[in-house]
Amino acid sequence: MKANCWYDKHDMRVEEVPDPKVLDPRDAIIKITSTAICGSDLHIYNGFIPTMEKGDIVGHEFMGEVVEVGANVKNLSVGDRVVVPFPISCGNCFFCQRGLFSCCENSNPNAAMAEQMYGHAPCGIFGYSHMLGGFAGGQAEYARVPFADVGPIKIESNLTDDQVLFLSDIFPTGYMAAENCGIQPGDTIAVWGCGPVGLFAINSAYLLGAERVIAIDRFPERLRMASDKAKAETINYEEKDVFDTLKEMTGGRGPDACIDAVGMEGHAHGAVHVYDRVKQAMMSETGRPIALREAIIACRKGGTVSVPGVYGGILDKIPFGAVVNKALTIKSGQTHVQRYMRPLLERIQRGDIDPSYIITHHMPLDQAPEGYRIFCEKEDECIKVVLKP
Amino acid sequence: MRNLSEKETGSSQALEQFANSLGWFSIALGLAEVFAPRALAKFIGVKEQPILLPALGLREITSGVGILTQGGPAGWLWSRVAGDAIDLGLLATAYMSDACEDEDRIEAAAAAVAGVTAADLVCAVMLSRAEGNRGKQISQTITVGRTPEELYGFWRRLDNLPRIMRYLESVRPIGDNRSHWIARGPAGADVEWDAEITDDLPNELIAWRSLPGADVENSGQVHFQRAPGGRGTIVRVEMEYRPPAGGLGAMVAKLFGRAPEQEIQIDLYRFKQIMETGQVTTTEGQPAGRPTSTSPMYDGGTTRG
Repeated sequence: MKANCWYDKHDMRVEEVPDPKVLDPRDAIIKITSTAICGSDLHIYNGFIPTMEKGDIVGHEFMGEVVEVGANVKNLSVGDRVVVPFPISCGNCFFCQRGLFSCCENSNPNAAMAEQMYGHAPCGIFGYSHMLGGFAGGQAEYARVPFADVGPIKIESNLTDDQVLFLSDIFPTGYMAAENCGIQPGDTIAVWGCGPVGLFAINSAYLLGAERVIAIDRFPERLRMASDKAKAETINYEEKDVFDTLKEMTGGRGPDACIDAVGMEGHAHGAVHVYDRVKQAMMSETGRPIALREAIIACRKGGTVSVPGVYGGILDKIPFGAVVNKALTIKSGQTHVQRYMRPLLERIQRGDIDPSYIITHHMPLDQAPEGYRIFCEKEDECIKVVLKP
Repeated sequence: MRNLSEKETGSSQALEQFANSLGWFSIALGLAEVFAPRALAKFIGVKEQPILLPALGLREITSGVGILTQGGPAGWLWSRVAGDAIDLGLLATAYMSDACEDEDRIEAAAAAVAGVTAADLVCAVMLSRAEGNRGKQISQTITVGRTPEELYGFWRRLDNLPRIMRYLESVRPIGDNRSHWIARGPAGADVEWDAEITDDLPNELIAWRSLPGADVENSGQVHFQRAPGGRGTIVRVEMEYRPPAGGLGAMVAKLFGRAPEQEIQIDLYRFKQIMETGQVTTTEGQPAGRPTSTSPMYDGGTTRG
């Protein structure tokens, strides 16, 4: 089959590789019909994710048709149309049973490696480094799905791939980010980053009862999508000071909750940005937490900072004094996708939201490397690339 | 096994105190040699030695700091023994040369050094013996969401163990609480031994020990304790093994990996996976854009051998 493989920084190649096989009784093999490039895939593309190995098949947002099931997969049949969640979760362990699927204790065969970095290991994730399990990803014609009796959700309605594909990651990720804000009626939520996760966080904040959502970015097309399609008020941080503007817009108090949907490759102006770029290049910090710093400073007292943005390691100059002295709550986590798939599918079916609006590019799988490039460069007003094998 | 190690702990503490006092002595003498060489030379009855005595002092300080701060002080104690020999030699040379100022004082100094040498020698020998005897001890713990009965049941069937311990080829019960173990060595060479169960408390504890004549003397125990709040069972494994000297020892070291603690931890993860999910999570055999699907550099936890 054809698969998109990582070889080096900015070096992705679509290669001919062997077809996947059922390796465990709880596996299924999926013939992929749609697969997307995630913003977090760009961290791999840009060489910021450790323990990648040349030839790793990447991709963790995918859906398709079941073509083979292992002996212990009773809930799926050949021919079923499914969306696959990006965390691989056993469904049996302490964490899965509490709905904390991304903390699964049994799905990461390289847990010992992640423990050295984090103390405890997260679950396995498709196509996202050996530290997170070394699982082959879904930017391919076929994928092996471990614990297929737990993760994939069947799509039995006639919704299109584009409408349901993002149940695999970014819609639940934006939703969990908003849910983590503990939104009360009347709340104002500020969202840093109007990429796909930021856009779904805006939608979700409204779905959960927020009165106002303020979105922050610098790309006009993304700000336009945030205001036109997601009904957010917007701030272009290249034109206005974010803190002053938020304070002004919220009557001095600050947003009730702030969402950092940017993560480790944030941008800022001047000295601070140069400082972080240099430190990141020297590996003395692994992220540029500009959005996180701003969110902590802007958030109202007693508010919540929710972090769906991906950070991998050590951050620098986090104003923790503000967290303590303003009584802030910080919430984060890889998304417990399995927990959200069914309720969010119902929302899509009811017509509360149509997630396909964020897609700007459809491309054949063959052109995945070009898809990465334009998405990374934000060329051609690229916001979301969907690949068709 | 537990009583034995408690006794060993007591005597090793006394030995450590003995070594530490020699370390402090070394530092005190060294400081005197470095900062008061003139007074010291007069005290031991030799001519002033403005270069030699401070140099000897630095050696003393190094040995002392090594004994007090580095793991495995035996080597540093042996450095003191060697230093003592040098000092005795220098005193003898001084006694017979024109560096001699006061023969009685040199005799007294030599007697003192000889006494310290004896103490150093005894301590170094005892420490070396203790370090040689102490096999490698490993312990690891994990919480598994099953009852002690289920976990004990799996573990007590020793032929199940190769499913979780990847260095084992097979464990075959041979009756009378005894079993024959075969471990996969590097380059296809197997290491084999017989073991017996030395303690067996149903649903609580299994302890085993290799029988005399084993290539690798080893013993271990696994303990099952109900976790609070109905949250499964806390499993604690303690193992001790004494690798033989020479080539086989190196092979055994390779067998258990450079980080035996981590090896046992990965074994326990596999145990948990089997007990909770019914299978061992693997990526071995999946596709990749390279000849092998897994990466030996990272996937230590998944591949066997």
